[in-house]
Amino acid sequence: MSSITHPNPYASWESRGFWEGAGRDQLVLQKCTTCGLVQHRPRGVCAHCLDSRGLEHFVASGRGLIYSYTVTEQNQAKGFVEACPYIMAYVTLDEGPRLLTVIVDCEPDAVSIGMPVAAGFASQERDDDELFAIPVFRLS
Amino acid sequence: MSTAEFPTSVAIAGVYEHPSRFSPNKTEFQIMAECAKGALDDAGLTREDVDGLFGASMSMGMMGIVDLAEYLDMRPDYLDGTNIGGSSFVAHVTHAAAAIHAGLCSTALVLYGSTAASNAMAIGTGGTGGSNNPDTAFSAPYGMTTVGSYAMYANLHMNKYGTSSEQLAEIAVTMRQHAGLNPLAKMRAPITVDDVLESRMISRPLHLLDCCIISDGGGAVVVTSLERAKDLKTKPVQLLGCGEAVQHQGVGDSDLLTIAAKQSSLTAMKMAGIKHSDIDFAMVYDSFTITVLATLENLGFCGPGEGGDFVSNGGIGLGGQLPVNPDGGGLSSNHPGMRGIFLVIEAVKQLRGECGDRQVAGAEIAIAHGTGGTIGDKHSGATLVLGADR
Repeated sequence: MSSITHPNPYASWESRGFWEGAGRDQLVLQKCTTCGLVQHRPRGVCAHCLDSRGLEHFVASGRGLIYSYTVTEQNQAKGFVEACPYIMAYVTLDEGPRLLTVIVDCEPDAVSIGMPVAAGFASQERDDDELFAIPVFRLS
Repeated sequence: MSTAEFPTSVAIAGVYEHPSRFSPNKTEFQIMAECAKGALDDAGLTREDVDGLFGASMSMGMMGIVDLAEYLDMRPDYLDGTNIGGSSFVAHVTHAAAAIHAGLCSTALVLYGSTAASNAMAIGTGGTGGSNNPDTAFSAPYGMTTVGSYAMYANLHMNKYGTSSEQLAEIAVTMRQHAGLNPLAKMRAPITVDDVLESRMISRPLHLLDCCIISDGGGAVVVTSLERAKDLKTKPVQLLGCGEAVQHQGVGDSDLLTIAAKQSSLTAMKMAGIKHSDIDFAMVYDSFTITVLATLENLGFCGPGEGGDFVSNGGIGLGGQLPVNPDGGGLSSNHPGMRGIFLVIEAVKQLRGECGDRQVAGAEIAIAHGTGGTIGDKHSGATLVLGADR
């Protein structure tokens, strides 16, 4: 999918809905039914109500617009050092929140701010039974 | 409880910048101890006078300030190991002032030391570290780097306002000109805008010379009451205003271009009761060229999007409309990972009028703004307004 070897995500009970959803090819966000807040990153509570009772997960559209990006030419971290240059970006999702991601399957020069993108899911090689994946984005 | 005014009843009585930029034979605490001696000597005080200890470094975690007290064999009445990144020491001065004003201590020592360069630490391009940290759980899988986050800020600024790489390069060129006047600066050979643009791309649009250097180093600041400082060896520098703030991703909806400097400087400037035109020079955290541009806009020296013009044509050079970082900054003088203490030290030296070739003429009021963490991701901001004692 991408030449990046994504590090396995750290999933706590607060965040595993996101990574498990990605394992089902779904972009999963949290919404508070009490106040209506849609939040990313996920938390154990609604950040505004400071309460978990109204918090639900839902499947988002997976569509959004590039808010900003950079072509990373140097990153010494494992999984990325040989993948440079790669495109790291903030995407503003149709549902509101912005998330950090990578834009894959496109030339660095083909990207610009404001372009529409859609989520894809990079599967993970793991030595346990978790079916996590990493949401990545492509120009759409 | 003191009845004197806050924060003007508090002053900086001594400062010291470690002269070394590469200290492979020293430890972090050793550098801090040498700086402590330097700043106390500068103030004309001794270790027995210190009853407040403040410090932070890249390796000091929980209990770090206690470890430091033990290393120095000090038993102060007041401890503060606040670590909010590179701005920590700017905040420490504020915290020390509050503690002194409240009568909790009378003479505070603020310390920093680092061996980042001799440890060959990849600060900007080392990635976010292990992904088994809840804090980086959503950035490590995507290859976030410090420079990458600043690069996304820069790209957004360029896209929205037409800011150019040439304008960012002007910042690096000016810092290098200043470093040429500072005998302690690590990088002193002049550079041109073309040199910056032709240097290796690290994370578009930021080139190698848009990034700060990595050095070893350290520093110390002595904070006490203005009343006491007036009787000491060195001319006191008065605290006129202070403020702190934080900016982050929120729930995924924050405006990336608005940084903590906006909030913390509003607090500090209001407290000081001054206008931008009253300020003679600025000490600004310059981890990257874009950091300077973003900070100057958010401090209100120019409007959003006007930073590119503001920094061009010598605007932030000595003799320009607002001299910035006459010591050469982190881009050329020193950057051991958490540069905030040098903002305070240089501001104080300038206000005392002892900076020789790089002296800002008639410097009476300075603003110092430290950024800690990462602009474009999450960061702290701490602002001080300082005044020469007249």
